[in-house]
Amino acid sequence: MEKPLTKMMRPDGEPLSLGEYEAAGGYQALRKALGAMTPTAVVEEVKKSNLRGRGGAGFPTGLKWGFMPKADRVRRPRYFVVNADEMEPGTWKDRMLMEGNPHQVVEGALLGAYAVEADVGYIFLRAEYAKAARVLRRAIAEAYGAGYAGKNVLGSGWALELSLHISAGRYMCGEEMGLINALEGRRANPRNKPPHPQLAGLWGLPTIVSNTETVCNAPHIILNGAEWYKGISRSSDGGTKIYGASGKVKRPGLWELPMGTPLREVLEEHAGGMRDGLKFRGVLPGGASTDFLGPEHLDVKMDFDSVPKAGSRMGTGTMIILDDHTCPVGMVRNLERFFARESCGWCTPCRDGLPWAAQVLDAIEEGRGEPGDLDVLADLCRLMAPGHTYCALAAGAVEPLQSALKLFREEFERHIRDKRCPWR
Amino acid sequence: MVATLHIDGAAYSVKEGQNLLQACLSLGFNLPYFCWHPAMHSVGACRQCAVKQFKDEKDTRGKIIMSCMTPATEGMRISIEDPEARAFRAGVIEALMVNHPHDCPVCDEGGECHLQDMTVMTGHVCRRARVRKRTHRNQDMGPFVNHEMNRCIACYRCVRYYRELAGGRDLDVFGWHHHVYFGRQVDGPLESEFSGNLVEVCPTGVFTDKTLKGHYARKWDLQTAPSVCVHCSLGCNTIPGERYGELRRVRNRFNEEVNGYFLCDRGRYGYEYENSDLRLRHPLRLGAEGPRPIPSAEAVSYVAGLLRNGGRVLGIGSPRASLEGNFALRALVGAGRFFIGWPERERALVTTALRLLREGAIRTPCLREVREADAALALGEDVSNTAPMLAFALRQCAMQRKIKVAAAFGIAPWDSDAVRLVGQDEKSPIFIATPCGTRLDDIATRLWRAAPEEIARLGFAVAKALDPDAPEVPDLSDEAKSSARDIAAALREAERPVVVSGTGAGSPAVLEAAGAVAAALRRLGRNVQLSLVLPECNSAGAALLGGGSLAGALSEVRKGQVDTLIILENDLYRRLNAEAADALLAGVKHLMVLDHLANATTARAEVALPCATFAESEGTLVSQEGRAQRFFAVHPARGEVRESWRWLREIGMAAGQSEMAAWQTTDDLIQTLSQEPGLSGVKEAAPGREFRAAGQKIPRQPHRYSGRTAMGADVSVHEPPPPEDRDSPLAFSMEGYQGQPPAALVPRYWAPGWNSDHALNKFQGEVGGAVRGGPAGVRLIEPAADAPARYAAEIPPPFQPAEGQWLVVALHHVFGSEELSAHTPGVAQLAPRPYLGLSPEDAQRCGVGEGDPVELAVGSSVQQLPARIIPGLPRGLLGLPAGLAGVKVVELPAGGRVRSVTGGPP
Ligand SMILES: Cc1cc2nc3c(=O)[nH]c(=O)nc-3n(C[C@H](O)[C@H](O)[C@H](O)COP(=O)(O)O)c2cc1C
Ligand code: SF4
Ligand code: SF4
Ligand code: SF4
Ligand code: FES
Repeated sequence: MEKPLTKMMRPDGEPLSLGEYEAAGGYQALRKALGAMTPTAVVEEVKKSNLRGRGGAGFPTGLKWGFMPKADRVRRPRYFVVNADEMEPGTWKDRMLMEGNPHQVVEGALLGAYAVEADVGYIFLRAEYAKAARVLRRAIAEAYGAGYAGKNVLGSGWALELSLHISAGRYMCGEEMGLINALEGRRANPRNKPPHPQLAGLWGLPTIVSNTETVCNAPHIILNGAEWYKGISRSSDGGTKIYGASGKVKRPGLWELPMGTPLREVLEEHAGGMRDGLKFRGVLPGGASTDFLGPEHLDVKMDFDSVPKAGSRMGTGTMIILDDHTCPVGMVRNLERFFARESCGWCTPCRDGLPWAAQVLDAIEEGRGEPGDLDVLADLCRLMAPGHTYCALAAGAVEPLQSALKLFREEFERHIRDKRCPWR
Repeated sequence: MVATLHIDGAAYSVKEGQNLLQACLSLGFNLPYFCWHPAMHSVGACRQCAVKQFKDEKDTRGKIIMSCMTPATEGMRISIEDPEARAFRAGVIEALMVNHPHDCPVCDEGGECHLQDMTVMTGHVCRRARVRKRTHRNQDMGPFVNHEMNRCIACYRCVRYYRELAGGRDLDVFGWHHHVYFGRQVDGPLESEFSGNLVEVCPTGVFTDKTLKGHYARKWDLQTAPSVCVHCSLGCNTIPGERYGELRRVRNRFNEEVNGYFLCDRGRYGYEYENSDLRLRHPLRLGAEGPRPIPSAEAVSYVAGLLRNGGRVLGIGSPRASLEGNFALRALVGAGRFFIGWPERERALVTTALRLLREGAIRTPCLREVREADAALALGEDVSNTAPMLAFALRQCAMQRKIKVAAAFGIAPWDSDAVRLVGQDEKSPIFIATPCGTRLDDIATRLWRAAPEEIARLGFAVAKALDPDAPEVPDLSDEAKSSARDIAAALREAERPVVVSGTGAGSPAVLEAAGAVAAALRRLGRNVQLSLVLPECNSAGAALLGGGSLAGALSEVRKGQVDTLIILENDLYRRLNAEAADALLAGVKHLMVLDHLANATTARAEVALPCATFAESEGTLVSQEGRAQRFFAVHPARGEVRESWRWLREIGMAAGQSEMAAWQTTDDLIQTLSQEPGLSGVKEAAPGREFRAAGQKIPRQPHRYSGRTAMGADVSVHEPPPPEDRDSPLAFSMEGYQGQPPAALVPRYWAPGWNSDHALNKFQGEVGGAVRGGPAGVRLIEPAADAPARYAAEIPPPFQPAEGQWLVVALHHVFGSEELSAHTPGVAQLAPRPYLGLSPEDAQRCGVGEGDPVELAVGSSVQQLPARIIPGLPRGLLGLPAGLAGVKVVELPAGGRVRSVTGGPP
């Protein structure tokens, strides 16, 4: 099984130095691209590889990079931004990639930037990731020192300024358009599309935002070719995926596996199954903002097309598992409190709907629920359905709630009927 | 381009590319909205305006879209009534209401609240949320705007208005999620002179009118009439409201060619002088023990007696009085003995301005045209202080460039955030040259600060750079030459440039220079317009009427030619220095003064007659655009107060001027004054008294006006008949025509289901555009199409600061410089204290620190003032606040000397 993203990493998880990275073949992809490939050729290769964005939506990366308008003299600088804000509950895959192999992130960023003919690159990092900040800062400095970044990258004539930006720390700072606003020093409210960031992004100029894991794939695609990349996958989406599992499993963790590995395999083989005495009850397959799947869906292939067919989303591919000794109402309440707190406050359904939902869940969980409450929750889920709010935060936020209302309905009703949480 | 839009199965034609919300509202549909505003356009925040869109006839599921964010395209199919769309809209209101205090009965917005209207419209009627409401702390934001944050529905309109339209910096949104807070960093008066518009912009009771709160009445209990602002020369349209004989507030009256949706704070809040204790309520006769009230008849017959006995009489009119008042005075005393009450310099300035507008082939723009201009040059005039809504219009002019850039990306002008995003720092070329910094400087492409003569020279140099036939400016510095070239280049490239200037700098050369720039552009075939700010609300009207200045009046008095002097609504002690005013008044045997407030001039009057304010009378004002606009009495004048012209008519008739008897009504007087050259259009300013809508008068009182039978019960339990209004088609009553009258007669905005000001939507042909029937007012000045653009001959020499010699210039203040509004407590609170401004360099050279007492001598007038150090004020200039109480009147600009009181002569 090929593990391009993690195979170089040291067993202790400490960051690879520049020398170690180069010795393992690092920066060869950048050399290859700058030496023998046009930016368009890089984009084409990524397109052919079927790499899909790892930030959660699974948008084909080559297509996205290809939407960048042709470079001209006027609309400059052009920007390439790596989204390392990773604040999705239950998701820590980007952190592992950054802490363990920062140069891979830097090389990925450089390749992305070259592909879209950017002049300036940013790595937008979650505020709490202090170690990642440390190692990335160092890696960027080393890359400058070695001529991989700066005024004349590897003597090719291409100039790229790369810097690390530390987020002020909000979930919304990870949302593409909120991120761009935050990077400009504004409130992290999202922006409407169109215009898409490729046309008018950072400071109104052409901009690409790609996830950290996404860009880490780029060096391997360029070095080994799109065909190889497709070949290491078990699905039509290319490559490998960092899957993760948290919850009461025997071995919570992260594993790089072929794209399309079935959920059951991740859960049972890699996470070691449920802890003794606990049974699997449900799973948020791709982070907190995805719908619950029940036991009947354990055989779903974890890729961007298969999970939706089962009624959820692939999201970040890091699953949160619910066992039979944990209160689903309490779990959902916990999540909705998070989302309500993280709403940016721009649009009504999310700003006023999420805190209301969280408070209704509080009431149910604390034994103050009333029969009409489940209708209120269902109405709020509809109010925040995709397309109804200004950005996707709200739609994601209600995914665990709306699915829990279906999957665990009797639990909610019991809370209301008995006026208490049976798990407490 | 027109697109066919299918709404709930029926086909409609709409403007292609327009957003669906505006299209639906314009078609008359009731579609609720919050974050959208016709002057601020779409941002898609509130999600209230949702409709269903269907792909084609076969699509029955459709999807929810935000109508304000979706352009209308050919063949588009949408539904407003779709059950899912309706449920969604009700759901949004329900969510908004989760934290809303529902305190309508004690909320100042109640009864004219957009949130109430939209809530009823969506059918949200019961509360399901059992949550603890979030609460906020309120802030003290100064004398004008009250803040009650708990009522906020976070539509973001206030901050967008304040920051993006008005250019304010001190109001912002703080916090996150449902705790977002709209306010200032710390308590304190709002800094923008356009803050009062928050009251109308905010769809809830967060921002409300603090002056109204002091004497509160509901909208439905206010008697209202269409009016015109009297606090500067722009003539913004207003709707004052009255109850129990007291003015309670002023709201905006939409005139798309003038103020649009907004007013400045001087215009909105200046009204309280009407209720002031200084009001004259009775005729007064000055006796040995001071003034005592006398009956009206006695006053009239006394003054008539003075006239009848062959007494030589002189009349001094006023640029702040209506055309009607001035004309009646002129008729009474005779044209040769009528003087507009302004100093000679002001007369010269205003007539120069009018000549430029009348004789050149250059049009003066309405404010809409300024908003739509794509380049501007402001020469010498600090419009932010002398004509605030013109400054506001220039801010919108600055935006034009962004709109144009965005259009190249296929972004519609209404897509507000996208326009700003793509437009970034682009702004229309705007050049500002003034003696001192202005609050418009932030939008300027380039700024110059110089003495008026230097500003004039810059203007002439621009003209020369545009047109080689323009006169050469002698001794021009290289720097000025290159500045002139830059300005000329930008103006030449513009499609709709506008040149702005005015009388504020006190320099005819500045006006001529502005005229020269416009003339040069005109000769190049450019579509240029020239906007000239004048000193007062009827300066243009007074100038059209003609008549000499105070200098002329003084020379008549000096010749001993005057027995009786009649002064109309004019405090000469604001126009002349005290010695000159004393000299003028002392030279006459009898002095009669008509005014509404007691002042230094009325104090000297042998007879003072109480006259009606703008809110108690009907009349016509001519704005700096040359637009004649009619204001109507909001409430009848009480007691012995009456219109100036009616006093004058009675005196005239009693003195034997029988032709005045024909003036039974304002219309009769207007009929006579319309015979005057240049004034024939005045008749057209508004429909006359005979006008009826569906056979009825227009009621000043809303159909829900309460207390009619009880209001006078302390006097009589019998309900008196409503006062008759012989002058206008409006009635002091709640009975009459409830539909839409012509724009000039609109007393309030109300429509079924729309109790807030947004009922205006129902008055407009296209929402956001002109009201049906066209804008109010009539332009009296149109340029002669074939007149050649001419250049003035005289170009002033360069300004050279000399040791010990200073040039004193007037600095205008939006709050404090204007006479009437200064009597409003809130305006007085925000007005600066007297000062003498000097540049930091000069201050240092003279050893004067901030606040140090200095002595200013201009001619024989000497006064002591605290020094204020004004960064950016050019060396050699002293700035003296114009019109400010506590500052001696001096005609400016003038040479002066200054002495540090503590440190000796600098
Ligand atoms: C509320 C919200 C939070 C998000 N947070 C992140 C994040 O932390 N990291 C990330 O890569 N993408 C995040 N996304 C997705 C981004 O908007 C964007 O789609 C992604 O960065 C694109 O990268 P990709 O094309 O490589 O997937 C978030 C989306 C939403 C709606
Ligand atoms: S859904 Fe609305 S309120 Fe929520 S984060 Fe997005 S824009 Fe902000
Ligand atoms: S204060 Fe008023 S205008 Fe501002 S966001 Fe709240 S409701 Fe809207
Ligand atoms: S700009 Fe002038 S006319 Fe308009 S409201 Fe202000 S003071 Fe009145
Ligand atoms: S009015 Fe359309 S979203 Fe607010």
